[in-house]
Amino acid sequence: MNRSEVLIFEKSSPGKRAFELPPLDVPSVKASEALGEFHRTDGVDGFPEVSEIEVIRHFTRLSTWNYAIDLGMYPLGSCTMKYNPRVNEFVARLAGIATEHPYQPQELSQGCLKILRLLEKCLLEITGMDALTLQPAAGAQGELTGLLLIRAYHQKNGNPRRKVLIPDSAHGTNPATAVIAGYEVENIKSNADGQVDIAKLREQVTEDVAALMLTNPSTLGIFEQQIPAIADILHAKSALLYMDGANMNALTGITRPGELGVDVMHLNLHKTFSTPHGGGGPGAGPVAVKKLLEPFLPVPVVVEKEGGKLALDFNRKESVGRVRAFVGNFGVLVRALAYILAYGPGVRQATEDAVLNANYIRKHLEGVFDLPYTRPSMHEVVFSDAIQKRNGVNTMDIAKRLIDYGFHPYTTAFPLIVPGALMIEPTESESKEECDYFIEAMRAIAEEAEKSPDLVKGAPHTTRVGRLDEVGAARRPVLRWKPTEKRSEAAD
Amino acid sequence: MRYLPKSPAERREMLAAIGVKSIEELFSSIPEAYRLKKPLNLPGPFSETEVVQYFQERAAENSSAYTSYLGAGVYSHLRSVVTDAILQRGEFLTSYTPYQAEISQGTLQAIFEFQTLMCQLTGQEVANASMYDGCTATTEAVLMAERLTGRQRVLVGRSLHPEYREVLRTYAKNSGLRVEEIPYAASGSLDLQALKAALREDVCAVVMQSPNFFGSIESLGPVAEAAHAVGALLIVAVTEALSLGVMKPPTEADIVAMEGQSFGLAPSYGGPYVGVIASKERFVRQMPGRLAGQTHDLERRRGFVLTLATREQHIRREKATSNICTNQALCALAATVHLSLLGKEGIREMAEQNVAKARFVLSALEKIPGVRRSFSSPFFNEFAVELPRSVKLVNAELLRSKIIGPYVLGAAYPELTKHALVCVTETTSRAEIERFAGALKAALESPL
Amino acid sequence: MVYPTQYRYTKDHEWIEAKGDTATIGITDYAQHELGDVVFVELPKAGAKLEAGKTFSSVESVKAVSEIYAPASGQVVEANMALQNKPETINSDPHGSGWLVKVKLSNPAEVHSLMEAAAYEAYIAEKQKEASA
Repeated sequence: MNRSEVLIFEKSSPGKRAFELPPLDVPSVKASEALGEFHRTDGVDGFPEVSEIEVIRHFTRLSTWNYAIDLGMYPLGSCTMKYNPRVNEFVARLAGIATEHPYQPQELSQGCLKILRLLEKCLLEITGMDALTLQPAAGAQGELTGLLLIRAYHQKNGNPRRKVLIPDSAHGTNPATAVIAGYEVENIKSNADGQVDIAKLREQVTEDVAALMLTNPSTLGIFEQQIPAIADILHAKSALLYMDGANMNALTGITRPGELGVDVMHLNLHKTFSTPHGGGGPGAGPVAVKKLLEPFLPVPVVVEKEGGKLALDFNRKESVGRVRAFVGNFGVLVRALAYILAYGPGVRQATEDAVLNANYIRKHLEGVFDLPYTRPSMHEVVFSDAIQKRNGVNTMDIAKRLIDYGFHPYTTAFPLIVPGALMIEPTESESKEECDYFIEAMRAIAEEAEKSPDLVKGAPHTTRVGRLDEVGAARRPVLRWKPTEKRSEAAD
Repeated sequence: MRYLPKSPAERREMLAAIGVKSIEELFSSIPEAYRLKKPLNLPGPFSETEVVQYFQERAAENSSAYTSYLGAGVYSHLRSVVTDAILQRGEFLTSYTPYQAEISQGTLQAIFEFQTLMCQLTGQEVANASMYDGCTATTEAVLMAERLTGRQRVLVGRSLHPEYREVLRTYAKNSGLRVEEIPYAASGSLDLQALKAALREDVCAVVMQSPNFFGSIESLGPVAEAAHAVGALLIVAVTEALSLGVMKPPTEADIVAMEGQSFGLAPSYGGPYVGVIASKERFVRQMPGRLAGQTHDLERRRGFVLTLATREQHIRREKATSNICTNQALCALAATVHLSLLGKEGIREMAEQNVAKARFVLSALEKIPGVRRSFSSPFFNEFAVELPRSVKLVNAELLRSKIIGPYVLGAAYPELTKHALVCVTETTSRAEIERFAGALKAALESPL
Repeated sequence: MVYPTQYRYTKDHEWIEAKGDTATIGITDYAQHELGDVVFVELPKAGAKLEAGKTFSSVESVKAVSEIYAPASGQVVEANMALQNKPETINSDPHGSGWLVKVKLSNPAEVHSLMEAAAYEAYIAEKQKEASA
């Protein structure tokens, strides 16, 4: 699919129109009279003017330039790009689900409230925690909520504390969030196995530390074996253990963070619970807590009243407040619940398959790619480009060459503690054949790196556009179309 | 299980290839004591049919067959079926964040078009690839102003959506930001005198909404002037984006924080929606969220990439402009498709229909004894009215006629008990509006 | 690359050319090479105070940000505003027109404790050996 497709504005022509409105059935009003000085006398300058067929063609053509889960594997570590079940899309669009206004009377929203309640119950069962908020819009917002809860807890106990400990292997949202929550970030170095260094932790946990933000399994895909000991060290100084739940896909049905000593954690519904990425969102980042943090949860909270009716409780004196308007990304929550209902207790099988796939791939690529941390992998495995670097080929090059083999790249250059990292997470959605194709492709590229490195370094060769000039885009940003743009620039 | 592409034989093969006897061995790194011995107690497994059934039953327990006059930040508008037809294409629905530009040109070009549309609508120079919603966009705009000015005091109109103000306060609590509210005047607009009295050179921004929470359109010029005179920025929040189809864009603002839900996104009980931050170009390096930029490859083919990423969390970590990672790409796509379908003529026509419908319902309501507008300023599709009787009781009556009545203002504005926010859009028929007026009259006349 | 002998160098790859109590500061060729294509430079305003060892500027490539540390204490007299439009100058001429700031030193003696060109060249040779090990 190599067609060039101009911008929708460049196809526009006055008088063309796609969506037509039913005629007005009330007396028309002169907007200029009704709005006076506030009236926009001309139309929105530059707005598209195209027909319906052009809209369909334009966006359909654009879509064919995208890679997607529906087309093939995304071996992206820590992203958990699993199948997005279509029934989830169907139920989210049902009349009576998609149409509800967040301010409508609660007695007319019992269906919505039941959905929220059941999802809460399921997520609490999965995590082994005591209470939950479904409000945060994404993982990062969930992290912020979690830290606000931690702060509120410490404040109530007389000392808000100043610092949050974060491993050097952590995802960037962790330190960014800690700062927004008003904390100082103190890095804690991983040990030679890529795990939290217990001795260092003992030194660094003081009464000035509010919490440790831990990802488990770590961003290396390795289970933090010492997590109960970590929790004990923190709790001894009344500090809390926050778990970044991005890697829940390795734990669901196998173990429960609540039983490991975690006090508060967030989940990424757009990772573990199959809600679609849609090119970058929306997601949802529910936060689960132990009882000690329950009083501080954001408002509103779903409660059960007499007679079994559900209601939203806004009257929570110790709540940290709201982190967003309304109740949450309800449409995303519906999809996550549909996913859980489809699996039921059998969701353990998904976790097993995810871990099986990752280990199968690891087994077949060990020796071909450098494996910096040799502890058992869970749902993802992290290699490095050390072997290929000897020929001047790095992880970015290998990732781009993978595109020529029909795959989306794995996660490059993260976590930061592995220079030249290749982070691979196949998820349970990949068949054995797909895993075998992936292994073949990676082995072929390793060989190319040795025998014909330029082929790898110049990749990708088969895409609609080649490597794009990111430097130019950053030096002189062009962030919108303007009418003076010449059409010829778009030509292939 | 239908989502798992493995047969039992394949699982055995793979275990053998790895060199383990059972899947349990692959979990040996989890201490034995912490491995679950029983299956989770979850409902299901449900077949596809049963999943659908579950949600259809829940749908039936909601508000189908009621007509609603609620707005207050979430608006019902017509949506073309074409939008979903495009949104549901797997290449859009199931694609990842466009970090690998060469295989994400579809998403990136659509984002670039979205950014352009938002600039055109708001009259600003640059817009980002979306925020979670208008509410967090407003808070992020304030944090942006804080970074740009180095000041920590922000003045917020009380006529800004109550939940937007709540969220700002939650974020402010932890950042040293001091939030002060400026009252509204008798006209329903921001009290300019009170604002001027509060403005000093320690203010990073003035935040106001237009049309404001009461539906009144605000005059931005004098506020901008007053703010700029002390070196503060003007942030304008827009919750009903369709208003820009027929209203002058807020070019006086330095930053616009907008909720785009009106553009092709169903109300969906509160989300997901799509927020936008748009501002003057010189502020772009402090703008949070993703940005798609135009560039080209070696063969000079035009392409798009995520750019200025060094603002973001994955590079700056603790020095990032925000912690935001996920945005609302699919919702932004919905808005882009929706606006392309409406086009220049369509958005104006839809907005004008709203203007007409709102005035029609107002004139019908004003004929009812005791009912009058709370404020006198121009409005788009929403306005506040004062009723001679408790709004809660009136709404309870209206429910019996399968009408969801206007938003009760008394909860968030105790000085406005007996006032309610009426919203009507192009989706409500004349017959329904007349029925509403009749039912409201009856509710006001019925014995207590 | 020949490192100018009249400059002094820090372990964080900044250079400083001191003349009496005024000095010019920039980043070395080694630094610009490690960073890759520079896309943006954040510079302090004239009058801003510099504290030896603390960050005063940052240089961005597409994928990374480098904090720049002050080699000596003083006050900024002039920042190289030309870099706002042409940040690539840092790549093409890091020791010359790619300078970052001109400062008035508060303690000129501080500069003498920094590495001379030969010592700096040995230092980066060692670093390069470590990297390819």
